[in-house]
Amino acid sequence: MANPRLWGLKKSPWVFHVAAASCNNCDIEILDLLTPRWDIERFGIVLVGSPRHADALLVTGVLNRKNLPRVLRVYEQTPKPCLVIGIGTCTCHTHMFESSYNVVGPYDKYLPIDVYIPGCPPKPESMIMGVVKALKRL
Amino acid sequence: MNIVRILFSYIIFPGFIFSAVVGLFLTWIDRKVTARIHWRVGPPWFQPYADFLKLLLKETIIPEGSSKTLFFLGPLLGLVGMSILAVMLFSMNFYPAGSFVGDIIVIIYLLALPPIGIIIGGSASKNPLASVGASREMTQYFAYELPFLIVLATIILKAGGSIKFGDIVLAQQVQGPFLYSISGVIAAVVILLCVQAKLSFVPFDIPEAEQEIMAGPYIEYSGVALAIYKVTRAMMLFLLPLFLISILWGGFADWWAIPKFLLIIVLIVLMKNTNPRLRIDQALKFFWVGLGILSIIGLVLAFYGL
Ligand code: SF4
Repeated sequence: MANPRLWGLKKSPWVFHVAAASCNNCDIEILDLLTPRWDIERFGIVLVGSPRHADALLVTGVLNRKNLPRVLRVYEQTPKPCLVIGIGTCTCHTHMFESSYNVVGPYDKYLPIDVYIPGCPPKPESMIMGVVKALKRL
Repeated sequence: MNIVRILFSYIIFPGFIFSAVVGLFLTWIDRKVTARIHWRVGPPWFQPYADFLKLLLKETIIPEGSSKTLFFLGPLLGLVGMSILAVMLFSMNFYPAGSFVGDIIVIIYLLALPPIGIIIGGSASKNPLASVGASREMTQYFAYELPFLIVLATIILKAGGSIKFGDIVLAQQVQGPFLYSISGVIAAVVILLCVQAKLSFVPFDIPEAEQEIMAGPYIEYSGVALAIYKVTRAMMLFLLPLFLISILWGGFADWWAIPKFLLIIVLIVLMKNTNPRLRIDQALKFFWVGLGILSIIGLVLAFYGL
């Protein structure tokens, strides 16, 4: 409670889902996260529909020539302070799309990613753990 | 001295701060009950306050090319309207015979301020989805306002033709709450549905339909401006049931008001959780044809003293 700004951010991180050309498995797992079984609203996490409302961006998939400017645009549209959480092995490096002609390289060349959650796709439990770790690190 | 008292009543109790704190707590109740209906655990009690604090301390982005004045006027209008409404409701209920003349026409205008604010803000934010949301908000406002006004006419008729809010409360203390008659029950049903639409809760959350147009008019709002919108919504959740109790259920100056208030909140939350969203044309038809006819029947019954 010493720093109200940090406390607010930790207690109510609203997330926006940036699906940057993932193979859709990671997206489905993110949707699983919102179901009653995992119930992340316990931690105050809410999925919002507009990057303007978001405190954390969940990025999935591999960056390519087409979606790089769009992902950067979404990042710029998000009010700061905001976290970027990379979900899936695709965001850690370029995964199996390594030698594809239009892949422009890993995320950390373009965006400050706060936490990577590996797995192809990661389990909802590990995503919760990743978000908790990211919030602890703040 | 007087000016201090007036400022105190508008800003602290029962105006802005008091109704905002209670309203945010009610949004927690709403979220918690929703979670329990979904068989979830739900957020902790301080969740709405944490959301509010976080939004206050975040960056506020003004979209490029939008009108700055109108963009901030939108949220403020609703907030000011609701603060004044809080003061009026409390003073009218606790001192109904006092010198403060608050008539029901003023309350109609004050209740119109939040939707007008949303329409102004949505249109000023220069986003296609926000414009769609604003236009839906406008349609929905005209939809629910018709039965709402007819019900208010019923109540004025029952109170012996007085449009003073204090007289309506006093009349109920003399002849018993208006709810306990056929026309009173009809009025309560109609006005409960109008309140649901005023709060834009499901089935009438058409202006902000999350799955279609994301957040509708709120889509470009961030930081402080979004926090003001949220807190206005929370205050409405507190004040509209109180308004309902004071015009139909004998005012809220005694302890019986608390169970009545909770019953109305539970009804609203249950309605929210057990219904799908209507389309805007369906909502218009529902309010104008269905509820319009029902409320006119109520008016006629009230005319014959039923
Ligand atoms: S990490 Fe695996 S599951 Fe996730 S988007 Fe990449 S390939 Fe698909």
